[in-house]
Amino acid sequence: MPQVQLRSLVQARSGDKGNTVNIAVFARNEALYELLLRELTAERVKEHFGGMVIGEVTRYPVPKLLAMNFVCRGALGGGGSASMRMDNLGKCYAANLMRLEIEVGETNTNLSQS
Amino acid sequence: MRTIRIGAGQGFYGDSLLPAIETAKRGNVGYLCFDSLAELTLAILQKDRQRDASKGFARDIAVTMRELLPFIREKGIKLLTNAGGMNPLGAQREVARIAGELGLQGLKVAVVTGDDVLDRLQVWESQGISLAHMEDGGDASGIRSRIVFANAYLGAGPVVEALRQGADVIVTGRITDSALFLAPLIYEFGWGPKEWDRLAQGLLMGHLMECSGQAAGGNFSGDWQSVEALDRIGFPVAEVREDGEFVLTKTEGTGGLVSADTVKEQLLYEIHDPSAYMTPDAVLDVTNVRLQDDGPNRVRVTGARGTKRPETLKVVMGYSDGWLGQAIWGYSWPDALAKAKEADRIVRSRIRRMNLRYDEIHTDYLGYNSLHGPLAREPAEQLNEVYLRIAVRTGSREDAAKLGRLVPPLMLSGPPAMAGFLGMMKPRELLGMWSCLVPRAIVENVIQISVLEV
Repeated sequence: MPQVQLRSLVQARSGDKGNTVNIAVFARNEALYELLLRELTAERVKEHFGGMVIGEVTRYPVPKLLAMNFVCRGALGGGGSASMRMDNLGKCYAANLMRLEIEVGETNTNLSQS
Repeated sequence: MRTIRIGAGQGFYGDSLLPAIETAKRGNVGYLCFDSLAELTLAILQKDRQRDASKGFARDIAVTMRELLPFIREKGIKLLTNAGGMNPLGAQREVARIAGELGLQGLKVAVVTGDDVLDRLQVWESQGISLAHMEDGGDASGIRSRIVFANAYLGAGPVVEALRQGADVIVTGRITDSALFLAPLIYEFGWGPKEWDRLAQGLLMGHLMECSGQAAGGNFSGDWQSVEALDRIGFPVAEVREDGEFVLTKTEGTGGLVSADTVKEQLLYEIHDPSAYMTPDAVLDVTNVRLQDDGPNRVRVTGARGTKRPETLKVVMGYSDGWLGQAIWGYSWPDALAKAKEADRIVRSRIRRMNLRYDEIHTDYLGYNSLHGPLAREPAEQLNEVYLRIAVRTGSREDAAKLGRLVPPLMLSGPPAMAGFLGMMKPRELLGMWSCLVPRAIVENVIQISVLEV
């Protein structure tokens, strides 16, 4: 099964609130969105960030925007002004998620086309 | 249908002022709203206030006012800002001082106070008000004695009141970012306190605008290379109709990009549950929002839903959480990473032998893993150079400062080809954040609005 890095498929932005990071991921079309709903689960994201996210990861789908919001708790080593990390505001979490590879299967649709 | 135009002035303390000047000059806006306060900004301003009781507001308010007050006078623009930070009254005096310097008379400068609840915590506790953490229910007793500031997130109400009193400039402390943008809509359109969907549209507009450039092509993860002229980015401007529908745009001729793609990234930014974003003025549901491109740099935004506002307000408290000491220096190819790792080993060994008691030691290799931590991939080929950063956490400022002293000896007695030592860095106080929910009445009953005419 072909594996594709999210980098070539989605838009994503991350931000912080306290020790929590949220990552919003956007698909360009419904075919990709369906695929993400199946492949990009909260468990998968939690596993990806092993060692960086201590708490739980919750996924909130927003189908009308072809979007999903991942809320990662215990993600910043204490949070903005208490963290020792260089990325103390979690701005790079979304970029980091782009490394994740998902199985795209056999498809005729161009998944990165809007 | 009536519309009003609102401009985003600033997305944080330290943001560029040029886009706001551009909007004031040519943006045809009735209001400019400045969000100065990120979560950790109050921590910075609190330190300023501790050093000097007349400080504690965002210091760039002086230059902001010097540049913008002439437009406020000339064009009748109203300027709303939360730059008051930990000292809104001081900020009000500063605005009045600048107006005086510029020879402007008859300006009304309003201030909203009451968000600073630090000196009320004791009374609240004696009344049985819980300060338990809003997310995990954790008991606050462990941090109680270390709290250095406590501020409630106010809603739009007091700002609306200040507008009704004729204010030209309104300075607040901690107010919910989006509420600052909502206030002019309530004032202009007379929206009622239970018109939840309209309030929700106003809050959504504020949410999209409060991070300035982030809704205009900044920090855009999509095709960022196609965004033109970020060096002269235009901050977002909203054209809001009386029924709440709005178009997000920016001033003609400025750089950046306002498109459905750039705006949607901001839509969910720092939101948790998209169907229930809690604000003091309404609970916002963005799951039915539609973003439609409506010509170049114009995005039509509809579909925000609102439900009843909560009976609580969020209070964020900062507490002392030790000191951070750090040192940064670099190594050259060949074997740059191996050299840096050996230097790390040497410094850690010295720390042990000198018996420095650090609660935590954290090492980053800049150029390799400082942003992605354990998820960074091993470099495919040798790095040209790598910088090493060692950070320590300790309860003692003096011990934090000692870390830097361990580095210079490595120049002569460590791995070869070391350079770029950034010098002795001042220890930084770490502040933890504690959020809780309190009944809104106990905060709102002491909010005050006072207007100073200069």
